[in-house]
Amino acid sequence: MSAATGHLPRVADERDDRPAGPRPPGFVATVATVLRKELLLELRTLESVPGMALFAVTVFVVFHFALNRNGVNGDEAAGILWVTLLLAALLGINRLFVADAEDGGFDGYLLAPVSRGALLFAKALALLLYLVVLELVAVPAFALLLLEPSLGPALPDLPLILLLGDVGVALVGTLVAALAVQTRARDLLGPLLALPLLVPVVIGGARASAPLLVLAHASGPQPRWPIALGLYDLLFGLIAYAVFDFLLED
Amino acid sequence: MAALELDGLTRRYGERVALGEVSLSLDTGQTLLVLGPNGAGKTTLLRVLATLLRPHAGAVRVLGSSLPADAWQVRGQIGLLGHEPLLYRELTPAENLRYHARLHGVGEQRAQEVLDAVGMTRRAREPVRTLSRGMVQRVAVARAVLHDPELLLLDEPRANLDPAGAELIEPLIQGAGDPARGGRPRTRVLCSHDPAADLAGADLVLGLRGGRPALLAPPGEVDGRAIAELYR
Repeated sequence: MSAATGHLPRVADERDDRPAGPRPPGFVATVATVLRKELLLELRTLESVPGMALFAVTVFVVFHFALNRNGVNGDEAAGILWVTLLLAALLGINRLFVADAEDGGFDGYLLAPVSRGALLFAKALALLLYLVVLELVAVPAFALLLLEPSLGPALPDLPLILLLGDVGVALVGTLVAALAVQTRARDLLGPLLALPLLVPVVIGGARASAPLLVLAHASGPQPRWPIALGLYDLLFGLIAYAVFDFLLED
Repeated sequence: MAALELDGLTRRYGERVALGEVSLSLDTGQTLLVLGPNGAGKTTLLRVLATLLRPHAGAVRVLGSSLPADAWQVRGQIGLLGHEPLLYRELTPAENLRYHARLHGVGEQRAQEVLDAVGMTRRAREPVRTLSRGMVQRVAVARAVLHDPELLLLDEPRANLDPAGAELIEPLIQGAGDPARGGRPRTRVLCSHDPAADLAGADLVLGLRGGRPALLAPPGEVDGRAIAELYR
C-alpha cells in the first residue's frame, strides 16, 4: 500500500514516544556515524589508502636505487622515512573531503542538528586510521628496502612516535583539506598549506626517531621530541576545533 | 503562526545581488510557490531558508527562529530537496538514508519506510551511481522527508521523474499523507518552472526576476499574463 501510493506508514515506535520529535545525536554518536560512513566509502572505493601506501613504497624503491648503498641509518633514515610518510599523507589529505564536496555531503551534514566539530573529529580519526594502515605497509617496506639496522630494537618506541606524528598530521590535514576542497585549486592549495604547517611534525618525528634507527641502538628518543610532538597535537587540536565551524559556514 | 517571515531579505554574491528586498509572510502548513526564470534567485532563496547561506540584509525568521543567529534551533526541522540529491554516489540508497537518519536522530526503521514509500525497496542495495536520474530523485525525496521536517524546501521536485514517480512522491512532499503528522500538511517553499501544475496547491505565489520580487499574490490573483511577464 505504501509503496503504491507514496503514503508513509507510521513512524517507528521509538520516535513516537518522544514528546518533541527526534532527539539529535550527541557528539560521540555523530563522530561514530560520520566515521562509519567514511570507512564505508573508503572500503567501497579504495581511493585513498592504497594510493598512499603504493606511493610510499614506490618512493622507497626509488631511494633504494638512487642512493646505491647498502642502507641508511640514523638521521638519514629518519628523514627519508618521515618525509616520505608526509608526502604520502598529502594524497589522503587531498581526497579527504572530495566525496563530500562532489556529492553534496557538506550540505547534507550542515542541514542536520549536529555539532560541526564532530565532523572535524570524525574526519581526523578517519585520516588517522588511514595513516596507521599506511605505516603498517610503509615501515616494513622501508626496513626491507632502505634501513640498515634491524627494525626490531626500534619497535617499542617507533610506533608511538609515529602515532604522535600521525595525530598532528590528521588534525592539520583535516583542517587544510576542509579549506582547500572549497577552492578550484584544491590539488595545489592542499599541499601548499599543509607542508609548512606540518614541518614541525617532520622535525619532531625525525629527531625522535633517529636514535632508534642507528646501527648500535642503545637508547630511546630524547623525551623533548615526543613531548614537542604531543604539544603540537594539543595546540593544533584546539586551533582546529576553534576555527572549523568557520570553514563550514557560509 | 507564521512559519516564514521575510522582511527585506537580501543576499549578494560579491557585488551581484542574487536576492534583493524580498518580504513576505507564510503561515504554518501553507505552500509558497516561487516562480522565475533561471538565475532569478530561487535557489539562493531556498539555501538562505535552509540556513546554508547567510542573509546579507533584512530580517529572516524561519519557524520562529531568527536567521542566521538562531539557525541551530531550526536545523533538523528543515528538509531540502535541491538540484543536488545530497547522496553519496558510492553508497547505496539504504546506506545513504541510514547515515542521514543517524545524523537526525531518527530510527533506522524510518529509513526503510521512506524507501518503501518512494518505491525504491528493490534497488535499495545498489550504489546510487548505478541508478537512473529518476530513481536518484526518488531517493533524494526520501532523504528530504526522512526526519519529517516542518518546513520542506523543494527545487523542482518532479525533475527527472516519470508521471508514476511524480504521483508517488506527491503525498510525501505534501506531508498530509504521513500518518505521523496527524494529517497536518507541511509548510513548503516550492520552486517550479511548471506553474500550471503547481498553482492549484499554492497559498502564495512569489515571482522573482533578476533576484527582485516581481510578483507576490495569492494564486487566485495570478493570471497567465503575469506569469508570462516573469519569463520575458
